Amino acid sequence: MSTTAGVAATPATRGRPQRDRFGRLVEGWLRGHTLLIYLFLYIPIIVVVVFSFNATDRRVTDWQGFSLRWYESVLSDTVVQGALLNSLIVATSTAIIATIFGTMAALGLQRAPRWFRTPFEALTFISIIVPEIVIALSTLVFFSSAFDVLNPLLDLRLRLGFQTIIAAHALFNISLVMLLVRARLSGMDRTHVEASYDLFATPWRTFRQITFPQLMPAIVAGGLLSFTFSFDDYVITTFVSGAGSTTLPLYVFGTIRKGVTPATNAVAAVMLLITLSVLLVGQFLVWRNARRAGQRGAQASVAGMIAEQSA
Amino acid sequence: MATLARAASVQPVPPRRSFRAGLLTAVLLLPASLWYLVLLVAPLAIVVVMSFGTPSRIGGFDPVFSLDNYSQAFERSTPFVTSLVMAVAGTVLCLLTALPLAYFIATRAGRRKSLLIVLLIVPFWTSFLIRTYAWLTILGPDGLAGFIGDFIGDPAFRILGTPAAVLLGLVYGYLPLMVFPIYVTMERMDRGLVEASKDLGAGRLATFRQITLPITLPGLITGSILVFIPLMGEYVIPAILGYGRVFLVGNQLVLQFLEARNWPEGAARAVVLILIMLVSVTFYVWFSNRGRKGREVSVL
Repeated sequence: MSTTAGVAATPATRGRPQRDRFGRLVEGWLRGHTLLIYLFLYIPIIVVVVFSFNATDRRVTDWQGFSLRWYESVLSDTVVQGALLNSLIVATSTAIIATIFGTMAALGLQRAPRWFRTPFEALTFISIIVPEIVIALSTLVFFSSAFDVLNPLLDLRLRLGFQTIIAAHALFNISLVMLLVRARLSGMDRTHVEASYDLFATPWRTFRQITFPQLMPAIVAGGLLSFTFSFDDYVITTFVSGAGSTTLPLYVFGTIRKGVTPATNAVAAVMLLITLSVLLVGQFLVWRNARRAGQRGAQASVAGMIAEQSA
Repeated sequence: MATLARAASVQPVPPRRSFRAGLLTAVLLLPASLWYLVLLVAPLAIVVVMSFGTPSRIGGFDPVFSLDNYSQAFERSTPFVTSLVMAVAGTVLCLLTALPLAYFIATRAGRRKSLLIVLLIVPFWTSFLIRTYAWLTILGPDGLAGFIGDFIGDPAFRILGTPAAVLLGLVYGYLPLMVFPIYVTMERMDRGLVEASKDLGAGRLATFRQITLPITLPGLITGSILVFIPLMGEYVIPAILGYGRVFLVGNQLVLQFLEARNWPEGAARAVVLILIMLVSVTFYVWFSNRGRKGREVSVL
């Protein structure tokens, strides 16, 4: 032990100036690398937004001055309006379903016996880890087989449409909300609950006044993330959508095939604006809640909760 | 005294095994369980059954037992190989990019730490499709490809439609999934260990290699799995940035399910895809843990 320390100490003292220069190089490289990555992440988004204001008729990159004409033309287009409305319907319904059922599951799982919990957790894991395309194609196969059997049997006319998109989106999002709420539950301070029981509060009242307010940030974050997931989703939607349920991502994907136009950039910018404002609202709500409760740290941000979860 | 002792040992949940409590638990879990059974277990089971069947009319299948679909999948295995190569390359690139970034945020960012993490998450939760689409302008003939083409004097130079464009899209799309877990493990790391290592005369590289890296290995493994799995099944990026010329398993599945409508053959490929992912992830975890045990000993 002493020999290794001795051997290591000699070059450390002798080569100090060189090591410092090496250290500065490393620090500089770390900074530069980080800066480049953030540019890499944001430049494409900025390019889309900037060129959506281009007045040009021809090439997207041929700057002809600032104009809102493409927003006007896109937002007055009935096809885009329809797709936007469809997207909002799908995303809102998914968010509501996922938030309620995901929160319920997180609360229920806390009380469930182990024989139930283990397979349930395995299914949660599978629903999140399996690639979207596999979920998409198996859900399509399932719906079409189920409709083939049920429709003649019960004289129904079930087909692909909003309900199938929402049901398929909800699968992933129920798991997402559940994970966020469970993380919050496990990090929760039990003393308030104990105190509430000591003061003879009923379980329901304890839940309403103690547990629920503490879970609120996770529930809000889960709901808003479900909304943005569902609003932006292309793969699952393209498999299980039917006639008349074209969402905005499906519309955009269709127009991309014809090439990049300022009009497509405008639709893209609108989509970015919607998801960004949803995320900002969520962050604001969580932050306000955290300030009221006097909490600090990573848990006080939507971002922090996701980062904690993905580890 | 006995009651006091019981009260002191606080259980996470007071165990009340009454009928009403059980009913409440069941009601709370019912919707999510139904969703899992109907929209996850049943569909995957049908896909497995279908993969052994033969196609009948459009989109349907006859439930027989035949391995034809699987032999088809192995005969035309190019998309699997391409996907595997792209997914491994994409994961390695994400890893190399994410490691210094996560290290910087965790150890050097100070008070701007949460801001930097938020800035990583925001693009990750905005539209994946739009972010992929955004590269069309940048990489296109009016963008980078034209610039490089002028520079090397080759007007036909293209980036879009090549594996390089797809690889760039993959790294762009999934990088945050690699950064988060690495960042969290580095953040939780005991900084005292690094100090101790430096006090004992170890240089920067030695400290990073012998202390930081082994401790963050679980984060690296989680990140690689989180990135590798969606990369294997990716469809949007090769379709947009690869012009469909870079043909991955995802493209083939979309083709078979939505255009050719040969569902049993597509089902077999989906099963093979799941098996490839299971095998590679299991092997990867086993391999990394094996390496880790050896290193833990040398560190301690």
